[in-house]
Amino acid sequence: MIHRPVKNAAFRSEALDVTRLRADFPILGRRINGKPLIYLDSAASAQMPMAAIERMRRYQMEEHANVHRGVHSLSEIATNAYEDARRKVRLFLGAREDREIVFVRGATEAVNLVMHGYGRAFLGAGDEIVISALEHHSNIVPWQMLCQEKGAILRVIPMNDAGELLLDEYEKLFSARTRFVALAHVSNALGTVNPIAEMIRTAHRHGAPILIDGAQAAPHLPVNVQELDCDFYAFSGHKVYGPTGVGALYGKAALLEKMQPYQGGGDMILNVSFEHTDYNEIPFKFEAGTPAIAAAIGLGAALDYVGAVGLAQIAAHEHQLLSYATELLAAIPEVRIIGTARAKAGVISFEVGDVHPHDVGTLLNDEGIAIRAGHHCAQPVMQSYGVAATARASFGLYNTLAEVDALAAGIHKVKKVFG
Amino acid sequence: MADARALYQELILDHNKKPRNFGVLADANRKAEGHNPVCGDHISLSLHIADGRIENIAFQGQSCAICKASSSLMTSIVKGKTVDEAETLIREFRDMATGKLDTRNQQHHLGRLSVFAGVSELPSRVKCAILPWHTLHAAFESVENATTEK
Repeated sequence: MIHRPVKNAAFRSEALDVTRLRADFPILGRRINGKPLIYLDSAASAQMPMAAIERMRRYQMEEHANVHRGVHSLSEIATNAYEDARRKVRLFLGAREDREIVFVRGATEAVNLVMHGYGRAFLGAGDEIVISALEHHSNIVPWQMLCQEKGAILRVIPMNDAGELLLDEYEKLFSARTRFVALAHVSNALGTVNPIAEMIRTAHRHGAPILIDGAQAAPHLPVNVQELDCDFYAFSGHKVYGPTGVGALYGKAALLEKMQPYQGGGDMILNVSFEHTDYNEIPFKFEAGTPAIAAAIGLGAALDYVGAVGLAQIAAHEHQLLSYATELLAAIPEVRIIGTARAKAGVISFEVGDVHPHDVGTLLNDEGIAIRAGHHCAQPVMQSYGVAATARASFGLYNTLAEVDALAAGIHKVKKVFG
Repeated sequence: MADARALYQELILDHNKKPRNFGVLADANRKAEGHNPVCGDHISLSLHIADGRIENIAFQGQSCAICKASSSLMTSIVKGKTVDEAETLIREFRDMATGKLDTRNQQHHLGRLSVFAGVSELPSRVKCAILPWHTLHAAFESVENATTEK
């Protein structure tokens, strides 16, 4: 069977001038296996625009020194650039104050920071932590570690076959011992967008603080932590068109202040003697050691870029890509789409008959198409669908409807090989 | 340039659809399990060895096409061979899959197995092809579990 692209006018993307935007991403010009790269793995890591690459280069060539330390001019320039990046993250998340933004290595470190800084300080035996069936391992394992250490208990919000959390069951999980909630904004494996505004209100009604893992949401949806009223919000720089090695944790100032430090070292202290150490103010209390300065500044530039394009426009464009991909893939016999929530963003997980997802990934790679194949660091999600792994295509602002056509054509070729 | 499709077409048409020696031996005297935690491949081998010779061999498990085809072809080829002969094949297969043995210009005993030479150009899939051979080695050594994650 030969794939024919669907010429449906409803799928003509008008939200973004993608042709123009693609020119901002140098890597999109390269070829893979002799074919133009079709990058459908932005949920694993998004590509960086030239503006962010160039900003990091300029920092390194003209502005680099250690931050918060020297009296010399370069240190001041570097500190200003680094703190300017913090302000950009604050504006991106709609936080009230710059000091509520902690630079971390990524969302994983952000969750671990809250587990150590809040969980280890304030949770004890018999206390309960609520997470969901949709979580990435990075929002499961730290809480399991805390449970093991403290004798706390993990409660898991179940989901339905579509991959939507059951809000009635969520409500029922709360008890007098519920002390914390940790929840993904968007599922990395299925793309489900959780109704976090409502779920945050529920947690607060029961007196529990709540952390939102926004790693998969920040690139796709406008976020305002003050409107959401979440206590913590975490995201990774490299998923929102910035570099790897940097991310941010938002925390309400009152909570960050009462938390214990995560790591000890330089920059996180006010005074040190062998008898006693006074910790620095937030956010520096949580930023021990020399941070990833160039990466943080690159992230700031990437957020400027995303802001200039417009997250609402990006969301609208990606919604078109996702709807089109869903329509095309659903029409291919033996393709099973995994995760059919009403509200989805960014990703489409699927199986091709009984072909192993790694074989799908290898054969698509022959066509220059990069997808993710595996358990997506969400093995409990895979288990609930009775699969070990899925193939996953994910979208960014630079993807086109023609690339979705190429994906569908590639899947037809996979089917042909496996006859 | 890697041409995965050529590799797949040669292997899959045959061994993935109709794997040879698929199942469990009732009279096995050696067994080993192989896991590749990265992709979830899992195979179990059962062998009957007598007088240093592989009298019979079977495999079972869930895996990608490369691992399944490699298992199927391996079992067909080592059946009837001595353990020493199989150990030579294990070594040569590993070298071929990791690009250390050039099957066209160097001596080897791989025969039909050289169809897997192309996997050396797919670094993320090398382990899939090698897993059954690791597992066979583990069975000889009477190691209970083999894994690609040493």
